[in-house]
Amino acid sequence: MTEHPLLQVSDITKTYGGRIGCADVSFDLWPGEVMGIVGESGSGKSTLLSCMAGHLAPDSGRVIFDTRSDGPRDVLAMNEPERRMLARTDWAFVHQNPRDGLRMGVSAGGNVGERLMAVGARHYGSIREQAVDWLGRVEISSDRIDDRPRQFSGGMQQRLQIARNLVTGPRLVFMDEPTGGLDVSVQARLLDLLRGLVRQMGLSAVIVTHDLAVVRLLADRLMVMKDGRVVEQGLTDQVLDDPQHAYTQLLVSSVLQV
Amino acid sequence: MSDYNFAYLDEQTKRMIRRAILKGVAVPGYQVPFASREMPMPYGWGTGGVQVTAACLTPDDRLKVIDQGADDTTNAVSIRKFFQRTAAVAVTEHTGAATLIQTRHRIPERPLIAGQILVYQVPIPEPLRFLEPRETETRRMHALEDYGLMHVKLYEDIARNGAIATSYAYPVKVEGRYVMDPSPIPKFDNPKLSGTPALQLFGAGREQRIYAIPPFTKVVSLDFEDYPFEATKAPHPCDLCGDEGSYLDEVITDDRGGRMFVCSDTDHCASRQAEGHGGRLSTQGDAA
Repeated sequence: MTEHPLLQVSDITKTYGGRIGCADVSFDLWPGEVMGIVGESGSGKSTLLSCMAGHLAPDSGRVIFDTRSDGPRDVLAMNEPERRMLARTDWAFVHQNPRDGLRMGVSAGGNVGERLMAVGARHYGSIREQAVDWLGRVEISSDRIDDRPRQFSGGMQQRLQIARNLVTGPRLVFMDEPTGGLDVSVQARLLDLLRGLVRQMGLSAVIVTHDLAVVRLLADRLMVMKDGRVVEQGLTDQVLDDPQHAYTQLLVSSVLQV
Repeated sequence: MSDYNFAYLDEQTKRMIRRAILKGVAVPGYQVPFASREMPMPYGWGTGGVQVTAACLTPDDRLKVIDQGADDTTNAVSIRKFFQRTAAVAVTEHTGAATLIQTRHRIPERPLIAGQILVYQVPIPEPLRFLEPRETETRRMHALEDYGLMHVKLYEDIARNGAIATSYAYPVKVEGRYVMDPSPIPKFDNPKLSGTPALQLFGAGREQRIYAIPPFTKVVSLDFEDYPFEATKAPHPCDLCGDEGSYLDEVITDDRGGRMFVCSDTDHCASRQAEGHGGRLSTQGDAA
């Protein structure tokens, strides 16, 4: 089981015309591991995430995922139905803006149930039961199940998005700035929740963020990107406490100490 | 006869429409794009249905046109007159005698037979439209058979209303593949879509789509295991012909809450009355 990495990314390059989105990024992600990717705006971290998740087609490189049924397979060479199936069973994608990841006109229960129905669940009672269960796990009270996400606060929307993504028991979660746009106390609760879920479900995750506190709390390993390239990587505490690259040193020293 | 080409449309246009129809028949439930023409009537009045009818009509056909089941409402009368004038075909109000029936939002009560063609007028052919506004995305969803979203809609219905409240344009799956909007027929008519000996064609003029259900095709209404599909109707017999199994219109008869239920299929109701059947109000009418 653990002889293969869950995800092997090799030499991902994506250019936008003459500009570099990200270049020659490679790493392995092992089951149960959380990888943080930090960097300033425009450093290519979101591009990299989109390439890995199949939202963008990279110019070159391979993304090999250890599928449940067929073992390691190149995700980029899969056909669209297979990739969609993967994206709604073994994978999850948490967007920065919950509006991108939720259906705003559909009730919370419907949002959580969508992935279940997409993979063939056809029993209303059990779909609803799982929706209630998941809303509970992300600390949304079950009497809000028929409310629409519009009526939720930003933090609740983000938690709902997480519930919606994790309901099918994925093994790999991509997160793009999961705490962006939330105030600090809400961020803290969300991080607490995420950390609990990741540990409890044994999830692997790739978290893109510019917030070093988030990776300090969640990530086992850290990759620092600058201008589309990885400038430094290693264990989170090691990179943050003893940064080697000039940019990482700048990044770490730029954090305000309260 | 008029100066119009037979059935109004020029021959090239009819060929183009026939090609779309053939493709639709070959791929049941798939929405075939076609170059819809402007017709001498507003969109929403059946421009799609009229073009399909025009492409299918032959001089030997006998045409019936119904609007919500009735032969004598504006839409039905004007389309029937249109083809009488432009194609000089025979017309009828009897379902059994017609070879081609253009319908707006009903399937006749009398079972259709082999050789008949039923043409539906469709306002919005895309069943996923109100869930997913992007056409590029809905096409991809059809291509990939990605229909989970349709059940999200039914889920929302149950969550809000305690039952599947969609009562017309109820989504169906055709031959285990394409999810299709059966046009706004009441869901009471949905079971009749499946396994009919007649050919069913759907034309959407404004949206420029044609799709088809060939004879003896399996059409299943979507539902949940614990909330199965139900073909519902008003729980009354017809007040004129006494039929308990036909789809009913509710007609308000006065300002004091008086109402009557009558068959929406006028031909069905009239022929039952001719056979001597009567309902709650017909006997009073006879006595007076």
